[in-house]
Amino acid sequence: MKRSSYIIMAAVVVLFALSWIFKAMALDGETEHYITRAFLVTFSAFLTLAVLSFLYRDNPFYKFAEHLFVGISAAFWMCVGFWTTIVQNLIPRLSQPLSEFFEVPYIGGSFSIRFYLPVILGILLLLRLSRKVGWLSRWPLAFIVGTTAGLNFVRYLRSDFIQQISSTFVPLLGTRWEGFGHFFSHLDLSATGQLSMILANWVIFLGVFCGLIYFYFSKEHTGVFGKASRVGIWVLMFTFGASFGYTVMGRISLLVGRITFLFKDWLGLIS
Amino acid sequence: MRRQLPLALVFIFGVFMIVQYFVPHEYSEWVYEFLLDWITIIGIFALALGIYSLTHVSMGKIRNRTPNWQYAIVTMLGLFVMIYFGFTARTGDSWGLYFVALVALTLGISSLTWGAVETQASRRKIGFAAGLGLLAVFVLVAVFDPSWKFYFYTSEGLQSAMFRNFFDYIMIPIQSTMFSLLAFFIASAAYRAFRARNILATLLLASALIVMLRFNPFLGPVGEYIAQTANWLLNVPNLAAKRAIVIGIGLGIVATALKVILGIERGYMGRG
Repeated sequence: MKRSSYIIMAAVVVLFALSWIFKAMALDGETEHYITRAFLVTFSAFLTLAVLSFLYRDNPFYKFAEHLFVGISAAFWMCVGFWTTIVQNLIPRLSQPLSEFFEVPYIGGSFSIRFYLPVILGILLLLRLSRKVGWLSRWPLAFIVGTTAGLNFVRYLRSDFIQQISSTFVPLLGTRWEGFGHFFSHLDLSATGQLSMILANWVIFLGVFCGLIYFYFSKEHTGVFGKASRVGIWVLMFTFGASFGYTVMGRISLLVGRITFLFKDWLGLIS
Repeated sequence: MRRQLPLALVFIFGVFMIVQYFVPHEYSEWVYEFLLDWITIIGIFALALGIYSLTHVSMGKIRNRTPNWQYAIVTMLGLFVMIYFGFTARTGDSWGLYFVALVALTLGISSLTWGAVETQASRRKIGFAAGLGLLAVFVLVAVFDPSWKFYFYTSEGLQSAMFRNFFDYIMIPIQSTMFSLLAFFIASAAYRAFRARNILATLLLASALIVMLRFNPFLGPVGEYIAQTANWLLNVPNLAAKRAIVIGIGLGIVATALKVILGIERGYMGRG
């Protein structure tokens, strides 16, 4: 490493220590474990700034935060999985002595033997690490893949296909249609009026239809088909723009949260 | 046994899950319920496999001294310290030797790692000896220190103060800051993409601006109309295009599931 890198590292360490001391002094009397809390707030601020430093360029502080996150989140999900699935749901069904050891109420019935099978399959999955008998891990994998495929087949056929098509066939003249005379004599231009409803239903129906035509690549997009495809891409552009705006606002709100943390919880500049 | 049995299992369980949907009998639903439980339980073992894989890759980086190998140590430290906090908790009023045990465990694992990746025989011996010694200290503290213990009280292990602190003060800040970084990159991408060069780009720009401005408090009475337009955009054309996309995705998933069940798609089995 260059000499300047060492100087920057030393400066960060000194700033961290100073921040910890000042934060601990500020929290003294407010909370019981003020030294631990001051360390955690300072470390959290350091990590926030380390990640934000990536805006300048990739650097050791960002890499540190990134690698720490990988390790901690892997351990977090492992612990959550162990405590919530293995200890809370599996052990009470497996055996009474184990339940007593983990101090969870034993709820196993006459069919508790069926829960030994997934444990055996799980152990077979771990055999993937062995070169000789690694092929045995295909059995539990086949079980998971087969079950999930069957489940997804029905689930997505119903929710993403049949229900979506069913919802697209909306009444194109609105739900309160009583003829043209009634419509023009009671013309309402408000957002909840019948005209708006009819317009919305037409846009939804044609939008879905033209959008699907745009994604149909087995026929050349020319003539009437091409025009419908063109309308489809217009509707898609509206969606991409709206989704973009929505995502930006979501990210900005996260950024506001982090900035608030820095200025409120760490520096105490805003109340 | 190596290839035919997995294919048969996929077919049997796949077809069963499809058929059971149309059989409203209690036995069918009972089997469906416990098959779902099985998936969750086996998934936890897969998570353990993932942890092993992460450890293996990180150790490999340290052993081979690949570029930036030092950060693999940070990953390993984060992993083991978080696991330690997830499985232990303070039981008394004082911390006792809780953190001494943590330091002994961390240094012990680090020494063993160093011993495993070191090429010189004498250094390997030192690494292993130090590692085993430190782990012995850890075990002794675990046995004789009454202020903390391995926490085996249902999910209360997750309520350990340090475990929650690591989640609140390390995981969440990094995660949310990383996501918030995207705001800057999106803004930069938007500058390049959002030029009203043609009608499509103009539609994209207009709808994005309307949605972004809908909560702007500085627009006064105009803001209300913008909010209404944004809501209409989100509820009508956005819904239409998303529905077209979802129908395509649904068809894709159904086709892929069918290919898997019928044994046409076999990528999950790997080679061999």
